[in-house]
Amino acid sequence: MSNDSLDPRVNRLKLGPAGEVVKVEEGENWNIYEVFHQEKRGAHHEHVGCVHAPDPQLALVFAKEQFARRKKCVNLWVVKSADILAFDVEDEDMFANNMEKTYRDASGFKVMEKINKFKQSK
Amino acid sequence: MYGGGYIFDEPNRNQLREEQQHDEPEKLAAFEERIAKGEKIEPGDWMPVEYRRQLIRLIEQHAHSEIIGALPEGTWITRAPGFKRKLALIAKVQDEIGHGQLLYNAAETLGKSREAMINDLLSGKSKYSNVFNYPAETWADVAVIGFLIDAAAIVNQVANAKGSYGPYCRALERICYEESFHLKQGHDAFIELATGTPAQKEMLQDALNRWWQPIMHFFGPPDKSSSHSEKLMQWKVKMASNDDMRNQFLESYVPKIWELGLTLPDPALRKNAETGRWEYTDPDWDEFFRVINGGGPCNMERLQVRKWAEEKGRWVRKALMKPTEKRVLPVA
Repeated sequence: MSNDSLDPRVNRLKLGPAGEVVKVEEGENWNIYEVFHQEKRGAHHEHVGCVHAPDPQLALVFAKEQFARRKKCVNLWVVKSADILAFDVEDEDMFANNMEKTYRDASGFKVMEKINKFKQSK
Repeated sequence: MYGGGYIFDEPNRNQLREEQQHDEPEKLAAFEERIAKGEKIEPGDWMPVEYRRQLIRLIEQHAHSEIIGALPEGTWITRAPGFKRKLALIAKVQDEIGHGQLLYNAAETLGKSREAMINDLLSGKSKYSNVFNYPAETWADVAVIGFLIDAAAIVNQVANAKGSYGPYCRALERICYEESFHLKQGHDAFIELATGTPAQKEMLQDALNRWWQPIMHFFGPPDKSSSHSEKLMQWKVKMASNDDMRNQFLESYVPKIWELGLTLPDPALRKNAETGRWEYTDPDWDEFFRVINGGGPCNMERLQVRKWAEEKGRWVRKALMKPTEKRVLPVA
């Protein structure tokens, strides 16, 4: 291709001919790591996305660049996506909560009613 | 930045229509009911073949647009006027590349590898937003891109962020947050030229004149000529029609251009007080299709630069590759 770009940096490259075939191999963009971000001390690490990296150390470097370049961050975790075990999304119904479960809940216990009743009966 | 409203589709759609008929009717009904209720679809969910295909196409082209969109602006980093403008432009270009990464990841959750997407970009099979096939000739072009192209992209992305696919919505949420900075710094650079010396005003007006048609093209062909968006709207893949988004853009931004004493190269452009909608001369849609199919002033340069980067960076990537390691798609 003729070097007539507005960009002097492009003009300095030796660009290939038009229509040149360039192919990237499967795996060339490495493996995928899930990224967990801790906004401040005391907060949970929260999943924010993922990065492609060849190893965990570089995954951390890329994660810092991608997910911590603006907002507050005090720590990051990376975990290889392949190492995450999750329930099948289609099994969501196993979390259904339609039974009477207020016995597990603070709202299931009404102490004030009893206290007031007791005080009034005195 | 740069999700254009227009998603290029390959000509042969019949084959996919056929595949779509193989979707099991009960699952399809449950899927559509979930979307109608406003629930999100997540990567492991059952989804119609056509939904998956259209989403991959949409998100992948959005990702390519971010990556290619960094090229015309990157050209101006070395020549940005002043230290603050240079810092802001570097930050913006870095954001765009980051957005590309976020979007590739979202598309990967649907089953297409990063490498396959890059190959489809390099071979010309997969498109990117048409505006980046035009050159950024002067600094005023950078101001016009940063203000108006980013503004147009925000109209589109804010709509898409309410779509049905979880990973895409999550990526867009982060992207829109950063876009607000892009828009503001673009508007600031735009105003500085518009309120500057006569030479600066003239340079800005010239850039505006050249970019107006690509901007009008940005949201894609008029609704009357686009054929298959009804299903995509029902599935919340497409959130607003091309004309509605274009109208929303004109409504928000034409007054901001006119208030600075600038003109737009369309004598018919005006808001119809009765209908409340904007009227304009139809941009040249033949030109749009000619450019998207490779005939624009910069198509070749953009792809050749991408190919150069892939080729020259290959030895680094390969040196770090671990081919025996187990690879899976992103989890979310």
